[in-house]
Amino acid sequence: MSGNHEAVVRDPLILGKKSYHQITEDICRPVEGKANKYWWASFLIAFTAMLWGMTCLAYTIGNGIGSWGANKTVGWAWDITNFVWWIGIGHAGTLISAILLLFRQRWRMSINRSAEAMTIFAVICAGLFPLFHTGRPWLDYWMLPLPNQFGSLWVNFNSPLLWDVFAISTYFSVSLVFWYLGLLPDLATVRDRCINPTKRFIYGILSFGWKGTARDWHRFEEVSLVLAGLSAPLVLSVHTIVSFDFATSIVPGWHTTIFPPYFVAGAIFSGFAMVLTLMIVARKVLGLEEYISIQHIELMNKVIILTGSIVGIAYITEFFMAWYSGVQYESYAFMNRAFGPYWWAYWSMMTCNVITPQLFWIRKIRTSVMATFIISIFVNIGMWFERFVIIVTSLHRDYLPSSWVMYSPTYIEVGIFIGTIGLFFTCFLIFSRVFPVIALAELKTIIKKAGNQYKKKGI
Amino acid sequence: MEKKYWKGVDELHNDAEFVRLKNNEFFEHIPIDEVISKKADEGLTPRRDFLKFLGFSVAAASLAACEAPIRKTIPYLIRPEQITPGIANYYASTYADGYDYASIVVKTREGRPIKIEGNTLSSVSKGKINARVQASVLSLYDNARLHGPMMNNNETSWASIDKAITEKLTAIAAKGGKIRILSSTVISPSTLKVISEFTQKYPTTKHIQYDSISCAAMIQANKDSFGVEGIPSYMFNKANTIVGFDCDFLLNWISPVEYSSQYAETRKLNNGRKEMSRHYQFESALSVTGSNSDVRTGIKPSQQLSYIISLHNAIASKAGMKSAGSSSVQSPVIDKLATELWANRGKALVVCGINFIPAQKIVNGINSMLDSYGNTIDLNNTCNLRKGNDIDLVALSDEMQINEVAALFIYNCNPVYSLPHGEIFAKAIKKIELSVSFADRSDETASLCNFICPDHHPLESWSDAEPKKGFYSLGQPTIAPLFNTRQMQESLLSWAGNKTTYHDYMEANWKNICSDVTWEKLLQNGVYEKPSSASLEKQISKADLSLISEGEKINADMELVVYEKAGLGNGMQANNPWLQELPDPISKITWDNYLAVSPRDAREKGWQQGNIVNVKTSQGSLKVPILIQPGQTPGTVSIAIGYGRTAAGKTADNIGVNAFVLIGMFKNSMLAYSSPVEIQKTVDDDYKFAATQSHHTMMGRAIVKETTLNKYIKKPNSGNKEELIEVKVGKNISKQPVEKVTLWDEHELGNHHWGMSIDLNSCIGCGACVVACTAENNVPVVGKNEVMRSREMHWMRIDRYYTSDFDPKEGESGDIKKMEDPSDMPKVVFQPVMCQHCNHAPCETVCPVIATSHSSEGLNQMVYNRCVGTRYCANNCPYKVRRFNWFRYSDNPKFDFNINNDLGKMVLNPDVVVRSRGVMEKCTMCVQRLQEGKLNAKKAGRTVKEGEINTACAQTCPTNAITFGDYNLSGSMLNQLWKPEERSYHLLGELNVQPNVFYLTKVRNVEEEKEA
Repeated sequence: MSGNHEAVVRDPLILGKKSYHQITEDICRPVEGKANKYWWASFLIAFTAMLWGMTCLAYTIGNGIGSWGANKTVGWAWDITNFVWWIGIGHAGTLISAILLLFRQRWRMSINRSAEAMTIFAVICAGLFPLFHTGRPWLDYWMLPLPNQFGSLWVNFNSPLLWDVFAISTYFSVSLVFWYLGLLPDLATVRDRCINPTKRFIYGILSFGWKGTARDWHRFEEVSLVLAGLSAPLVLSVHTIVSFDFATSIVPGWHTTIFPPYFVAGAIFSGFAMVLTLMIVARKVLGLEEYISIQHIELMNKVIILTGSIVGIAYITEFFMAWYSGVQYESYAFMNRAFGPYWWAYWSMMTCNVITPQLFWIRKIRTSVMATFIISIFVNIGMWFERFVIIVTSLHRDYLPSSWVMYSPTYIEVGIFIGTIGLFFTCFLIFSRVFPVIALAELKTIIKKAGNQYKKKGI
Repeated sequence: MEKKYWKGVDELHNDAEFVRLKNNEFFEHIPIDEVISKKADEGLTPRRDFLKFLGFSVAAASLAACEAPIRKTIPYLIRPEQITPGIANYYASTYADGYDYASIVVKTREGRPIKIEGNTLSSVSKGKINARVQASVLSLYDNARLHGPMMNNNETSWASIDKAITEKLTAIAAKGGKIRILSSTVISPSTLKVISEFTQKYPTTKHIQYDSISCAAMIQANKDSFGVEGIPSYMFNKANTIVGFDCDFLLNWISPVEYSSQYAETRKLNNGRKEMSRHYQFESALSVTGSNSDVRTGIKPSQQLSYIISLHNAIASKAGMKSAGSSSVQSPVIDKLATELWANRGKALVVCGINFIPAQKIVNGINSMLDSYGNTIDLNNTCNLRKGNDIDLVALSDEMQINEVAALFIYNCNPVYSLPHGEIFAKAIKKIELSVSFADRSDETASLCNFICPDHHPLESWSDAEPKKGFYSLGQPTIAPLFNTRQMQESLLSWAGNKTTYHDYMEANWKNICSDVTWEKLLQNGVYEKPSSASLEKQISKADLSLISEGEKINADMELVVYEKAGLGNGMQANNPWLQELPDPISKITWDNYLAVSPRDAREKGWQQGNIVNVKTSQGSLKVPILIQPGQTPGTVSIAIGYGRTAAGKTADNIGVNAFVLIGMFKNSMLAYSSPVEIQKTVDDDYKFAATQSHHTMMGRAIVKETTLNKYIKKPNSGNKEELIEVKVGKNISKQPVEKVTLWDEHELGNHHWGMSIDLNSCIGCGACVVACTAENNVPVVGKNEVMRSREMHWMRIDRYYTSDFDPKEGESGDIKKMEDPSDMPKVVFQPVMCQHCNHAPCETVCPVIATSHSSEGLNQMVYNRCVGTRYCANNCPYKVRRFNWFRYSDNPKFDFNINNDLGKMVLNPDVVVRSRGVMEKCTMCVQRLQEGKLNAKKAGRTVKEGEINTACAQTCPTNAITFGDYNLSGSMLNQLWKPEERSYHLLGELNVQPNVFYLTKVRNVEEEKEA
């Protein structure tokens, strides 16, 4: 054996032995070229869904929250379910861009741009629900601690809903800044390649006069690190605070100390699933298979196994604690989840979130694009059901059996949910045509141009 | 020399340019001439002007848009005496509609009645009123009421109607044609005098009284047994053993408010009282009375007589009296009951609601053997509330069939709707020469009459009443008639040729009734009581009972009973949305009637809840949905009357079905049951009921805590386990009451600390409090569809739980699925629940905008204006008492009930805001009453006295189950009831939310063996 220790040569993260120019060409193509009919078809569908959702929302604002299915016992249902679901989806972006940046995980570079964009769109979708689920949405600004003349009424700092307002607005603004910052060098690239003067002008403004000097790059790197440091705790805090909405209450099935870690894991779980769903389609449609390779997919699948297992353990722990506590309300709440009238929601959740991700232990499934796509959809559905189970099945049978009721949604609230999905995809589709979907400049830093490819792989 | 001031240097110098400019008011040229000569229109508007115009118009338009709609408040130019805006006036009056009676006090604000309260001076109703009387104030503001007299369904004037009717009457009288007045029971002495005066003028007149649920058999039986034609006064409060046979005396039977308050006296365990009555009930359908009984036995209508005879004979053998005919019933309950009744001679009471003379006679015999007459029954002061005579009714019906009746006057009743064969009556009425209805609306009967002479609403009328012999109640109008209506008495008087007003007539009549009290004083008090001086007499039944036997054995597979609901009763006030939305005390269903079937029958016959069945009796048939009702006697079905109106108004029409068609007469007695009955399932329909409670068992939770009397005597806190929490301080581990262990600081309290006690042993579940709360607090009606979506707005509700066969023993956990099923014949508990006003309120901490907060008097208060409507508070409320305004319920055509029109809105309490869309609301503990009481005390320079302030629910509760008070007032009733080591407990006390409302355990007077 040789005394020389040399690191194992890893598989390249970008396939196809790309040159710098080729990368620029590949990634700027969707921005510069014309949209194909698949794009237009998807855009049309997404846009119609969005319009439908807006109609339903307008109807709700005009008539009242009564146009939804909630009632005296189940005060929150699809609205908050969708809110938590979207917020969860919005978690992958920041995790990828911040935490993986700090951990120097370079594979993130192929996906971080889209993941961050997805975060922003998901948070927008999520934000709609708390904004419009109130009885008088035009007074939502009362939830902000603004100086006012209503006898100087202040907000209630004890209320988790207020913490939500801060957590989400902070998260949204930091994510947006972080995302836009990363875009600057790429926008400059697009600007420099523009032939059309109008486009050139617009991209010129959007790129904030990026010149690509060493000073630019230096500041860029520094700010990226600072923002990464800022947003890393946010990844943990946002869903922790969202979980406080439930954990600090006294509703059996909500009042649980396990919620913060369980929610964060669930959020990353669902976020990665959504990234996978989107990227598997995007890489195909935009021809980016060599940038987002099986290796990326496999790595993300590993995150899904980990977080999926955490979520699974959380479910079982909750059940154990409900029994171990000896509190009859608590144990009933959990028995009711599994065997009560909403058993189908619970078992959908268990199947989708706990059982299906375990299939990723099998390498063949983990590295199969189709299987990953299907499982990622399952996880998305499962995570929606998780929130539905937590919210609706806990509320519908709480302390006094006299108030126990059933809940079913109306077409209006289903419409609003579909509308947010439409909004999400509309935004994403526009994004994919306007901004480079992969962090161009960053990606170029990981291309192996030192002749490593000529080295023998392994020892 | 006068000083000279100048405005500036320019003026001092006064040069020519300055002088020229000074004469121009505006520095720049104003294009007035151009505008006038329209030249400006042709010219170009300068850019700056355009922007100015634009800015101005946008600002003006938006300012105009901001302006609130103008609502005119017209001040009194000359203020009427006694009316001070903002201060309520109270007038003693009487509500009597031939079905319900109450001595009332009417609260009026700015001249309009807004709330009815009980008159505490009355020893009959004792200041308590039931749900229907509470709601009757809304019937005053009913849009379906006629606006004036009608002749052949056309509006007309009183003068022309008087002329037409008098002419016809004279003609009929000349011919000697029969004139008939058909009414429900009339308890007004002056009205009876008016009728007799009318009869004098037209001697062929006969007055026939009939009750939709008849007590004629009882009156007849009393005549046969004792020679007293009437209904006795019962004294449930003096009874130790109470037995009811198919008789819902706590909710609907004859004088329910009087009986339930008496009954409650025997069930109170306050102040260390250790005894209470034991109540046996024999019935087919699960009634409110049956639910409150200690021992309930399900019997079929065909078994009623057998059971009564069996009880009679069992007692007779002890008394050594002659037994009645034989009975086939051998029941251990009857033997036990007979022993108990015999042991409690003189302190026992047997009541029977069966309209069948033999049954009533035997009950008279039983009561007579038990020395009840003179002790628990008073035959001297008879009750006038039911005087209907079935035989007269049959006679009238026959006369009408053969066209012998020339003129028919219909007062306070609706025979086409409520007679078993209404359609026959309807046909006959059309042939009558002169048919006159005094109905307030063009109802099923009135619409067929030649003339409708709409009567005033009781709150617009002068009235008097004699509910019990010697117990009078007077009524005065509390508002000028809203429409061109006229009192029925005045109409009759004018047709009889007497032109005095009814007020004068009544006053004159009262000079005869009472000479010791002035007329003004009478009206002010509203009651005048001169009970018979004769002491309670012991009465021995003279009727020969030996001939009465149970008759032919009916082998009916299925039998039907009809009953009256707490809300609609006999259907007179069906168009009242408050009553339609009042949940049935037992089934908790609103806006509907249904065929209640027993769970066993449903299993055997394969019926599912919501199946539509065809019910056929010998009298008629109906299509009706099925409700599986625990407690319904197997082999029987029951259905409520009062529904299925077709001409009552838009609220009532086509709600439910008319069950009167299913019952009929038997041996000249109107029966409230029918046997046999055929039930055919038509379709496997899934009819949905609008129920406010869809889950019926307590799931093994200590929600309503209960014990038995024996256990209570041994240990007052039995069944009321204190919630303890293990606390570790240093190395000491101790068990502490939950209230002692808290993370929170206590709220600072001011002068008062309001609270409420609810005695589960006296609450009978009648629902009067729910309607009182609705009336006091402007609670909106939301309608059937919204109730179906579990969005009723009632601030207080009465939870009703059934026991389950699978209820776990203490310390066990039961099968969660099976616990959901109530027993076939369950025990029933009622629990009123409103906001518990927690001192550590979960709702208060979670509101992001502090719209709900704690007051310095212990109240959990809701600030509607601040609420943005996140509904987090409702989610976090363990009692689920918060109600959200899902829609705008006022001025919204989708909720076309009382607050969608100007007339209906007159009932609104101006002290309570009508909540807007999107805000949360809940019980405020009638904070407007608290404020008023505190202000009154402050003005008088004293502190608030005990009992000075009362909430609407506590005020009306016929059984005094709800007690409102101040914890800070030492010695207050509330503090006396709050004895932690005894029956008092906090609902869900283990949560340590520290409510200001507490409950007292329910105590059942049953024997322990039965429990096991």
